[in-house]
Amino acid sequence: MLMNIDWQILGFGDEGWGGVLLNAAAVTVSVSLCAWLLGAMLGSVLCWMQIAGSRWQQRLAAGYITLFRGVPELLVIYLFYFGGRQVVSTVGTALGFQGPFDVNGFVAGAIAIGLISGAYQSGVFRGAFYAIPGGTLEAATVTGMGRLMMFRRIIVPQALRTALPGMGNQWQSVIKESALVSVTGLVETMNQVSTAANSTQMSFFFYSVGAVIYLIITTCSDMVFRYVEKFAMRGQQRVKG
Amino acid sequence: MMFLQQTLVALLKGLPLTINLALLSLLGGGVLALLLNLLRMTRVGSFFCRFYVWLFRGTPLLIQIFMVYYGLGSLPAVRESLFWPLLRDPYWCGLLALILNDAAYTSEILRGGLRAVSQQSLEAAKVSGMSSYKIFTRITLPIAIRQALPAYSNEIISMIKATSLVSTISLMEMTGIADSIVSSTFRALEVFLSAAVIYLILTMLVSKGVSMLERRLSPYYFGARS
Repeated sequence: MLMNIDWQILGFGDEGWGGVLLNAAAVTVSVSLCAWLLGAMLGSVLCWMQIAGSRWQQRLAAGYITLFRGVPELLVIYLFYFGGRQVVSTVGTALGFQGPFDVNGFVAGAIAIGLISGAYQSGVFRGAFYAIPGGTLEAATVTGMGRLMMFRRIIVPQALRTALPGMGNQWQSVIKESALVSVTGLVETMNQVSTAANSTQMSFFFYSVGAVIYLIITTCSDMVFRYVEKFAMRGQQRVKG
Repeated sequence: MMFLQQTLVALLKGLPLTINLALLSLLGGGVLALLLNLLRMTRVGSFFCRFYVWLFRGTPLLIQIFMVYYGLGSLPAVRESLFWPLLRDPYWCGLLALILNDAAYTSEILRGGLRAVSQQSLEAAKVSGMSSYKIFTRITLPIAIRQALPAYSNEIISMIKATSLVSTISLMEMTGIADSIVSSTFRALEVFLSAAVIYLILTMLVSKGVSMLERRLSPYYFGARS
């Protein structure tokens, strides 16, 4: 069956889908990267609230985590995209602007996935923080380090090492969740593959191509994370034997 | 207020389908995951298993659903086959994709649980004269399942959330209904938030339930000491 496919269809010329698919893959990676970084920042804040915050901050963080872990990702994206459009147009009309109003699919999608990922990444960071040997924190306090310096020099380098595998898992989930952003009309891999499948009537072929693109992205980033993990663990190898 | 009430009533009509899809996909995925772990014992089987897990965990669920629904349907061989009446129906396609996806994740969770079964407990079972089938069903599986329960609780919740994706192939479960209400009323915020609340209650109930089950199945609950 694969034999009678004209592979020119994936070429980079005017007739081929290669160029647009490559472009779409780049959009997938960039929307995932934005979401993942947002999730990492949010996750650190949530983690800090849970570890060192007041009782109210702890409750707030716990509520946030329960909320974003319990609601389907697709619904969150719908909420940010369509709900965001509703809010923007209500506010815009109230301020006397002329419509139509629109929300950028990239921004809405990246924020939605970033907020979800933040809930999961806070758990990763919390585990990593508790894995730090308590003695190092005491030593830092005794030598008179300020809170900020202690965070930068003692906590982050040690916690990041433990957090790396969990962060890698989160990156994989974010890539897969980014496919859902296609519902906003953003032309990323999933959206582009569907367009190609519809206009050529070769659904099986183009969805396979899409799956291969995702497999390439996930497998390559897995290799990168493994390399970074190995690099981060270079001081510990001898101890582990 | 009237609108919210009507929306909630309409959304709750989709709840049975959501629960139905989640339960059946967990059931099917669990059976398939067990088979995959049995396959791991042979060399070719273990290669196949790793390939299967890599394939289904490396691609988004959405593309798997579209692949089954649109992709398989576009092949003449499938259209002429015995399975066409099933594969033409969005319900069976969605369910099949969910089962295949769930099996990949569950098989990894189960593998972790199986690895936790100690050699001593297997030896003890053997010495007391259990057959290998009996050892598997009475010793290995219960210990592995108990060990895997916390991770499996996350998988149950993620499957409940995953059922929302079948709304993209025109199935009217809760997200599908919410979507259709929004496209006729344009009140996205209220409708999607109501749906989110229902999902949230559902997932919170499940996680409470599983943690209660976990406590009941803990050895100290029976007064055992390690």
